[in-house]
Amino acid sequence: MSKKKSRSRKKKKWERVDGREPNELRPIKIESGVLPNADGSSYIEMGRNKIIVGVFGPGEMHPKHLAKPHMAVLRCRYHMAPFSTDPRRSPAPSRRDNEISMVMRYALEPAIFLERYPRSCIDVYAEVLQADGGTRCASINAATVALVDAGIPMRDLVVSCAAGKYDGKVILDLGDYEDKEGEADVPVAYMPKLSKVTLLQMDGILSSEELEKCIHLSIEGCNQIYEMQREALKKKYGIEKEEK
Amino acid sequence: MSPRHGIVPRLKRKKIQEAIGSGKRMDGRELDDYREIVVKLGVIEKAEGSAEVFLGDTRVIVGVKIKCGAPFEDTPDEGVIICNAEFVPIASPNFEPGPPREESIELARVVDRGLRSAEVVDFSKLAIVPGKHVYVINIDIYILNYAGNLIDASAIAALAALRETMKPIYKVKDGEILLTDKKEPLKAEKMPVAVTMVKIGDSIVLDPSADEEEVMDARLTMTVDEDGNICTIQKSGSYGLTLEEIEKALNIAVEKAPGIRSKITGND
Repeated sequence: MSKKKSRSRKKKKWERVDGREPNELRPIKIESGVLPNADGSSYIEMGRNKIIVGVFGPGEMHPKHLAKPHMAVLRCRYHMAPFSTDPRRSPAPSRRDNEISMVMRYALEPAIFLERYPRSCIDVYAEVLQADGGTRCASINAATVALVDAGIPMRDLVVSCAAGKYDGKVILDLGDYEDKEGEADVPVAYMPKLSKVTLLQMDGILSSEELEKCIHLSIEGCNQIYEMQREALKKKYGIEKEEK
Repeated sequence: MSPRHGIVPRLKRKKIQEAIGSGKRMDGRELDDYREIVVKLGVIEKAEGSAEVFLGDTRVIVGVKIKCGAPFEDTPDEGVIICNAEFVPIASPNFEPGPPREESIELARVVDRGLRSAEVVDFSKLAIVPGKHVYVINIDIYILNYAGNLIDASAIAALAALRETMKPIYKVKDGEILLTDKKEPLKAEKMPVAVTMVKIGDSIVLDPSADEEEVMDARLTMTVDEDGNICTIQKSGSYGLTLEEIEKALNIAVEKAPGIRSKITGND
């Protein structure tokens, strides 16, 4: 009701809750090398999401029987701080956290040269300090930067961004409200140089055409975030401009 | 050749790929063939709804139990659905007793998302005393034999079980909730169906067997409702997919879903 009213009063075009364009990302800030004790780390703000990621390894695998003789094992842990949501959430990992840890691993694995480190282990820990919709995407974006920061050789950066449908329109990078109240949410992770999708999930209801639109829009968003990841890494290593 | 598989899976993969290359899979199926689907309803009399599904040698039972309980804080006027999967040790030499594995959490959540997104059950009609007492529907997926593609088998079983579920009727007397001996259908009318395929090399095969799952590059599940809309997607596996592969998978899913759906409605 109130939504309709404001629309007729302003006589403006369709508007998102936070006033963004349908294909506009939330403001993003990425920093790398933020944790002195980790081998690699990064911090991301994507809208009001605040996520810090630490990478440890490659190192010895504990317990040993989980090591693989021909490649490194990537372990991911996605975890939300009790104060990251309203109301407070239990610090014990939920089933959702476990599933996200798994899809994060599947999203990152294709990019890493795991074959170079047999019998070893790479641990990626993502801690969500504040959640505002799209935490799995933001975590993947930060994790990639942290992996590079740890000096782990990679085929490409993994970039992640969601698109979805809210109020009948296909939109990019859903915020918490749009995620909960919208018709569908399609998180995608993508390797821009290799043109490979490494994470694809979806909830809600979409026609085939809308789904394809969402996937393409997500990838557009990914391409923008890719540049920000590169900037963050260049900044860390003091590279102002790319040498020509 | 995929360097990410151990030596035995690598040999297995070679055989499987050769078979796929010749157009027939190891078990003689075409690339887009499902194994035979058999649905049995009402296999557990003590459950409010139940179904057993055979998908080739994969065998799954879903039992639906309903009780009266408290609603979630953020949805006080709606019923609750809880989906859970048990990988019991009898189903495979690789399954062990203990806390739920990643795969079982994923299975339960993908089935749950399919039912939820398609709005199979109208949650708003499941309040007994809004804000206080609502129907709590437990959907328990029990794997009896693992032979690949647990998601599709479980999604069929869960939907078939919900469709024949009778919910007990409660009456409210002086603020107390009393169970009557009457029951009424839960009314699950929407019909989301999961279609799972795996990518092995450059090929996409439907309804993967256990061997095919072991050597796959990636797996993609798409849940399709009766109007041809997509309600859930889940990608897993350690390799990426191209946009063309995703588009192809989408078309296959939309095309195959009605055939699977008819196996469920055929029982009604």
